[in-house]
Amino acid sequence: MQSKTFNLVIAGVGGQGLITLLQVLAQAAMDKGLEVRTSELHGLSQRGGSVSVHIRLGEKVYSPMIPKRQANLVIALEMQEALNAVPFASGRTTFLINKYQSPTMGQGVSESYIKSAITGITKKSVFLSANEITEKELGNSVVSGSFFLGYAITKGLIPFTENDIKEAIKKVMPEKHWDINMKTIDFAKQYHEK
Amino acid sequence: MKDVLKKSGKAILLGNEAIVRGALESGVQFVSTYPGTPASEIGNTFFHIAKTAGVYFEFSINEKTALEAGVGASFSNLKTLVAMKNFGLNVAADALMPFCYTGTGKKGPTVIVVADDPSCHSSAQSEQNSRPFAYMAHIPILEPSDPQECKDYIKLGFEISEKLSLPVMVRLTTRVAHQKMPVVLNRIGAQRPSRGFVKDQNRFITMPPRVLEQHRELLDKIEKIKEIAEKSPINKIHVGAKSKKIGIITSGVSYLYVREALLQLNLNLPILKLGFFHPLPEKKIKNFIKGLNKVLVVEELEPFLEKEVNILAKQANPKLEILGKDVLSEVGELDPDKVASAIAKLAGKKFKILESRTKRVKHLPRFCTGWPTCPYWKLFAAVKQVAPKNTVFGGDIGCYMMAALPPHNLYNYLSCMGSSLGIAHGVKKATIKTGKKQKVIAFIGDGTFFHAGIPAVMNIVYNKSNPLIIILDNRITAMTGHQPNPGMGKTGMSEDVPQIKIEEILKALRVKHIKVIDPETEYAQLTKTIKRFLTKDEVSVIISKRICGLLAQRALKKKNAK
Repeated sequence: MQSKTFNLVIAGVGGQGLITLLQVLAQAAMDKGLEVRTSELHGLSQRGGSVSVHIRLGEKVYSPMIPKRQANLVIALEMQEALNAVPFASGRTTFLINKYQSPTMGQGVSESYIKSAITGITKKSVFLSANEITEKELGNSVVSGSFFLGYAITKGLIPFTENDIKEAIKKVMPEKHWDINMKTIDFAKQYHEK
Repeated sequence: MKDVLKKSGKAILLGNEAIVRGALESGVQFVSTYPGTPASEIGNTFFHIAKTAGVYFEFSINEKTALEAGVGASFSNLKTLVAMKNFGLNVAADALMPFCYTGTGKKGPTVIVVADDPSCHSSAQSEQNSRPFAYMAHIPILEPSDPQECKDYIKLGFEISEKLSLPVMVRLTTRVAHQKMPVVLNRIGAQRPSRGFVKDQNRFITMPPRVLEQHRELLDKIEKIKEIAEKSPINKIHVGAKSKKIGIITSGVSYLYVREALLQLNLNLPILKLGFFHPLPEKKIKNFIKGLNKVLVVEELEPFLEKEVNILAKQANPKLEILGKDVLSEVGELDPDKVASAIAKLAGKKFKILESRTKRVKHLPRFCTGWPTCPYWKLFAAVKQVAPKNTVFGGDIGCYMMAALPPHNLYNYLSCMGSSLGIAHGVKKATIKTGKKQKVIAFIGDGTFFHAGIPAVMNIVYNKSNPLIIILDNRITAMTGHQPNPGMGKTGMSEDVPQIKIEEILKALRVKHIKVIDPETEYAQLTKTIKRFLTKDEVSVIISKRICGLLAQRALKKKNAK
């Protein structure tokens, strides 16, 4: 088993900025001298469809796709999408789940089903209303991804420091987006779920 | 995307961006493409950097014209790259075959990038494996595993192409094209001064009897490339533990799954990793399998490599047991677990793919929401409101494909680019012949109309049938990431050009009934026209013209920011 590889699944729907989050993490990993690979999906999924992207980093990384049950962390930017990451999860996986639902055509699942499904796999799951929190505190829910990054740093769920991520954001995002994302990371750091 | 032009060091690149970087490092001069996912980002990246990089770049109107433009540039001694998705190569095949016979211009090496999409993440039509073009066109094919190799293989492709004056194909799959990793950057190559088109009838004309000589020359070239392949470090052997007398042959992204799976299984087996799919380094393969009792061939989709290994084993090691598609599916992409399961069977180990019983949820892609909204919501509402029950609806390739999904569930057939019209004609003729008076409404987007719709309209007019055609003109090629097309007055070099008006093309094709309607603001007009046009004895066309909602939203944002 590859205990040294860090595996993260980001699940959501097209248009939530998953690819940007991956790029920030990949940049941070490269800057630390780690090997890193991502697996992304572009295309149809842009139009509000399900998207799952993978990032793996460590001393030696081969497959861009995470083997089953080996995710260290799942960030689900849409609550129902957390279920699509389940094959990659085990008791050692932490789930950070956004309490936001994008409608599916008649096959939606309830919050309680999602909660019981995830807690049935791992005790480490956190549900946060990131869209509402960021909308209220930062004026824009588009940074909910960065909010989860900040949260993950504070809880030690990703192998990066606040500085690593902030530096990476500067390299990856256009300058006009730096300020709100830095503020989001700062805000997430002192955020305590009630 | 901006990192593609970084001077040196390392950059996190998508496979498709690494293709662009490799071409730039090779000193590429001429690039043409038709957008198609998973190859789209190659064109999108050139679209952004072509001017800065001093490279000519165009979005051609389809893959055949893209390749032909590339052939012309190559004949005129420019270093040329042409990119497309798998189905694009079918469209371009007519140009590809003779190009391999003539070969490239002496100083016009050419690399053709083709992206397959196992599991059809962003493809309808078929789960096409483009490898057999190697057999049909005798084009050498290289298969990278990751972005670093994308860059390296493009450069190697140009070298081989220049040496043998033969185009070289680099075949990607989704998990290579859409994989990111740090890529080592070398210097961007200087472009050679152009020598122009140097006339050489013996070379550039494929007519008998010369064409037969060219066939022979082509086969000889492939023999020479075989020698290159035998020595090439991209066909590499990972030695591993030989004691078990079992080994693995693989290529492309499957190689990465093999390495991953071996870690999972705690095995260290010999691996032959092939960077060449065609021509294969036969001696190297024979040497690899000579000492083995069992070999596993790990490849996605059809067992083309496995068949080759079977043939080689007959000569080199007839007792060799060959595993391949008996332990790996021929349908759908591979992943580390599927490969681990196959290797476990090879090595007599236990490995179970862990399936989860948790319900999965699928967010289907849909027409964009927000305001200004996607014009297709209204259009399809109008069609559903007034079309008679037994109407046959033909779909085509583009965003409007999504009308096949809930809540619309509209189409009755959907096939390849432009075919909504071509098939509509056949359906119309057949239903008239059988006395069934079924109405046919065929949908086609502006990009797809320019790509392959025009000949179909001409055939409909010429051979007299009367489907109702609805052209969804949203002023851009939207689905693949908003590339410009001839209808909207911009080129791949961001130059302004006159807009080609679809209604004028239709008039020239002698279509009698044409109406341009904005589905958002002229809804009543739209429903009325659909009803009226469905009664016509001749073909009729509604051009539903309104800008893509996403584009409109972006424009509005920009305006508000000012």
